[in-house]
Amino acid sequence: MNNNQSIKDLVCMLILDIAPEADLHNLDPNEDLREELDLDSMDFINLLDSIATKTGVNVPESDYSKVNSLALLTNYLATQS
Amino acid sequence: MKTLTMPSFGADMAMGTIVKWNVKQGDLVSKGDIIASIETMKGLIDMEVFDDGSISTLLVSEGDEVEVGVPIAELQLKNENYSNNKPELKLENVSLDSGELDTSIDVNKTPVDDQILADKRILVTKDSQDQNVNRQNTQQPKISPAARSRAERLGIDWRLLSKGSGPDGAIVLDDINIPDEKSAEQVSDTVKDPSNMMRQAISATVSRSKREIPHYYLQLDIVLNNTINWLSDHNANLPPSKRILSNAVIYSAIARALTSFPAFNGFYRDGHFQPSESVHLGNAINLRQGGLMVAAIHDAQRLGLIELMEKITDQVSRARKGGLRMSEMQDATVTLSNMGDRGTDSIQSIIFPPQVAIFGIGRQREVPWVIDNTVNIATIVSVSLAADHRVSDGHSGARLLNKINKLLQTPEVLM
Repeated sequence: MNNNQSIKDLVCMLILDIAPEADLHNLDPNEDLREELDLDSMDFINLLDSIATKTGVNVPESDYSKVNSLALLTNYLATQS
Repeated sequence: MKTLTMPSFGADMAMGTIVKWNVKQGDLVSKGDIIASIETMKGLIDMEVFDDGSISTLLVSEGDEVEVGVPIAELQLKNENYSNNKPELKLENVSLDSGELDTSIDVNKTPVDDQILADKRILVTKDSQDQNVNRQNTQQPKISPAARSRAERLGIDWRLLSKGSGPDGAIVLDDINIPDEKSAEQVSDTVKDPSNMMRQAISATVSRSKREIPHYYLQLDIVLNNTINWLSDHNANLPPSKRILSNAVIYSAIARALTSFPAFNGFYRDGHFQPSESVHLGNAINLRQGGLMVAAIHDAQRLGLIELMEKITDQVSRARKGGLRMSEMQDATVTLSNMGDRGTDSIQSIIFPPQVAIFGIGRQREVPWVIDNTVNIATIVSVSLAADHRVSDGHSGARLLNKINKLLQTPEVLM
């Protein structure tokens, strides 16, 4: 759980780097992340890139559907790392 | 001597601030040197010079905010001989993006005005200067003394107007008019608010486009299955930073196809169309803080997909974080407007003068699609083309879209 929280904090920090105006406090962790934060395909690939750099986890394209909310993404990273 | 003015980096830019001069009086500069950093509502842009020469005067100080078109420096050109015989296109001083400009010299509507208005690039090229020089030798209008004095005071080169609204086409006081001259209160009320200014600048550009350019619109639904399958193979074992997005493949197909259809790539100025030899693909980038920035991908038809993808990534990041170069903001010969994944199915766009075509790319979506007599699931994208009917016809526009479709069926050739 603690691990999940720290991964979530890291992801939030990386999101803010890409979308500085994102309101993460009011973000429903189960909602579609890109929809909620208006991330385009370029933003999303940049987010995955910075996640790969920080955590060593490469999310392949075939797993995009497994990481499309903040909760899913956090869990995915927790199980992979 | 060439007057450098506050450049326009887009239809919605009204003001810019010189944050830093990289040169001082007397410095030698070469074409391509970055002489200043300019802060705009859209971030920091690096300003280049387009000539060799030396800086003779800096007219504004660091920290000063001035309107687009206001002179900011004087450049002594390396080869001054030909331009000594005159005019340094003083009309540059007029705010080209201002809505009022169009109406104020409407009476003088001539190909010359069209050219100047059409040319959003503030720094005038040698070619167009030469053209203007020639024109003046052949036809110099009459001008009233009052009008001449006002023109000189405002820094407008009246010789560039072929005729005025007075007797025998003489230029009279009313013809020499720029927004600044209008009632001061009116200006301070509305124009000073930045978002208002941005709205006005956009409004001036799109209104002019719709007024002057007879648009026609075409649209084709393109099946992307081959492109997507090919990309998922290509991207399978790559880290995110090396993956190619389907947009890059679509951009590439458009750039390659345009090389066979020059009537859609270039500038319409001075009553005629000049095709461009290279495709400088204007990518309309949506900015998080609001607004759009169109950055040109130079020579896009020559780039392989990997290179093109790197260019797009780099440009989008610089557009959002600052550091785009002025040439990237001004060179586009054709524009792409992309709705992104969560936009609408299609978009019909307004051409950016003096360009003659703009593509609109809708969101990708899955639909039932008949292939070989069976209904399959296909991922399609609607690609629209708005083009200038003075330059091309729907028939060739349709062939262009079909060529793009064909390229997207064999994405490996774009590699």
